[in-house]
Amino acid sequence: MSSVTRRRWLQRTVTALGGLTMGACDRIAESPRVNSTLDWAEEVNHRVQRVLLGRKALAREYTDKDISREFRANGTTNPDTEQYNALAKGGFVDWKLAVGGLVERPLQLSLEELRSMPPRTQITRHDCVEGWSCIGKWKGVQLSRVIERAGLKPDARFIAFYCADTLELTLDGTGQYYETIDLVDALHPQTLLAYDMNDRPLDVPHGAPLRLRLERQLGYKMAKYVMRIEALESFEKLGRGKGGYWEDRGYQWYAGI
Amino acid sequence: MSRVLSRQPLSDRAVADGRIAFYRHPLTVRLTHWVNALCLWLLLMSGLQILNAHPALYWGEISRFDRPFLSFGSGDGPAFPAWITLPGFQDLAGGRSWHFFFAWVFVLNGLIYLGYALGSGRVSRVLAPEREQLRHIGRSFADHLRLRFPHGEAARRYNVLQKLSYLIVLFGLLPLMLLTGLTMSPGMDARLHWLTALFGGRQSARSVHFFTAAALVTFFLIHILAVLAAGPLNEMRSMVTGWFVIKTEKRP
Repeated sequence: MSSVTRRRWLQRTVTALGGLTMGACDRIAESPRVNSTLDWAEEVNHRVQRVLLGRKALAREYTDKDISREFRANGTTNPDTEQYNALAKGGFVDWKLAVGGLVERPLQLSLEELRSMPPRTQITRHDCVEGWSCIGKWKGVQLSRVIERAGLKPDARFIAFYCADTLELTLDGTGQYYETIDLVDALHPQTLLAYDMNDRPLDVPHGAPLRLRLERQLGYKMAKYVMRIEALESFEKLGRGKGGYWEDRGYQWYAGI
Repeated sequence: MSRVLSRQPLSDRAVADGRIAFYRHPLTVRLTHWVNALCLWLLLMSGLQILNAHPALYWGEISRFDRPFLSFGSGDGPAFPAWITLPGFQDLAGGRSWHFFFAWVFVLNGLIYLGYALGSGRVSRVLAPEREQLRHIGRSFADHLRLRFPHGEAARRYNVLQKLSYLIVLFGLLPLMLLTGLTMSPGMDARLHWLTALFGGRQSARSVHFFTAAALVTFFLIHILAVLAAGPLNEMRSMVTGWFVIKTEKRP
């Protein structure tokens, strides 16, 4: 969803909440107990899909002729910070991916170094939580290879991605985009740190210089503008504690559905 | 005692004026009917909430944004108004939570019904149209258009249009809702791509999901109309208590 529409929604929501008497339905929909009951379904979806999909089931891969002519860029289409703009201006030669947290060997990887690692190319369908789909061709390094190089410590359970973009300005800094995935997804063969899209270096709207591809889940899990990744035991201390920017705003952490 | 008789545990009761009450709907059918009704209502409202996030439908695997074959709303404000969505304000995340929760209730409830209906022989005994009924389908159709429904002993069994529409809903539309819903999940798609392909791609599956929902809404409207025309109190009573009252036919 574009940030403009999102903002308009938020404004409407606030107006609706403040200005109108809520109907019974909305009072039910807003009750914390109701919401925690509804969350049960997310847990079930997660577990059932883990059993059905396992570690290896692959998302469908397509051919060149299936690639979307227009691949919609959603969320942030340009982080537009001083630091990011400077990096972009230099073609990201000064950019480095920081790999840290619960790893044996923290890394600083330049684009050139990432490109020199064995690549994987995949043509896959991107499903947005809003309902639309586009097909694109992605080339990058499998996240598993980066993790392997850094070496996970035994208590690492999640991989967090910290991004250059701020989607919502908040006083406490929780408007910064971030995402977390578990190790089943992190080590999946189609999980890439992608630097090319449709045979060209990733452009700014689609997440330059590096974005996550997580093909068995929805688009909002696939963090763009990745600056730093970290292995963690828990994501409770990040943002508002739900494991991602949109998760902190009510969306499911497990987005395989 | 034949098995057929043992499946009808409650015999007719005489009520006033020569009318008799017969036990039409067993408890499992009544319970699953109302749980299903609740689920479909909430799934429809939360589904429209989800559709509001991108109120356009496409055919094929992907969205060609310049060529939706159907789109809703004017682009100014939500395509489907707040009173028909759940939650009643724009909230995609909330809509998804409601949708997936009641999708599970719908599936479990459906499995209970299916197990009962197949296990008890109800499908062949109560829902399958008889050959003689099918022969007179034209007349039944004409009667329905005039809102004329069978009375007396003939009302003991479902008429042919009732049977066919229940069969289409139970074994056509409701499973289709579930399957098209499943194929929209990128996770399930990794396992079930053949099914997604069968629907013509993910965006087609999404469209079929919508049209099937529209067909269910149509069924619901006709269903309610038929209940009102056939005697709402009697119909309601039978789906709540199980007992349906008919007039005995007095032949001269």
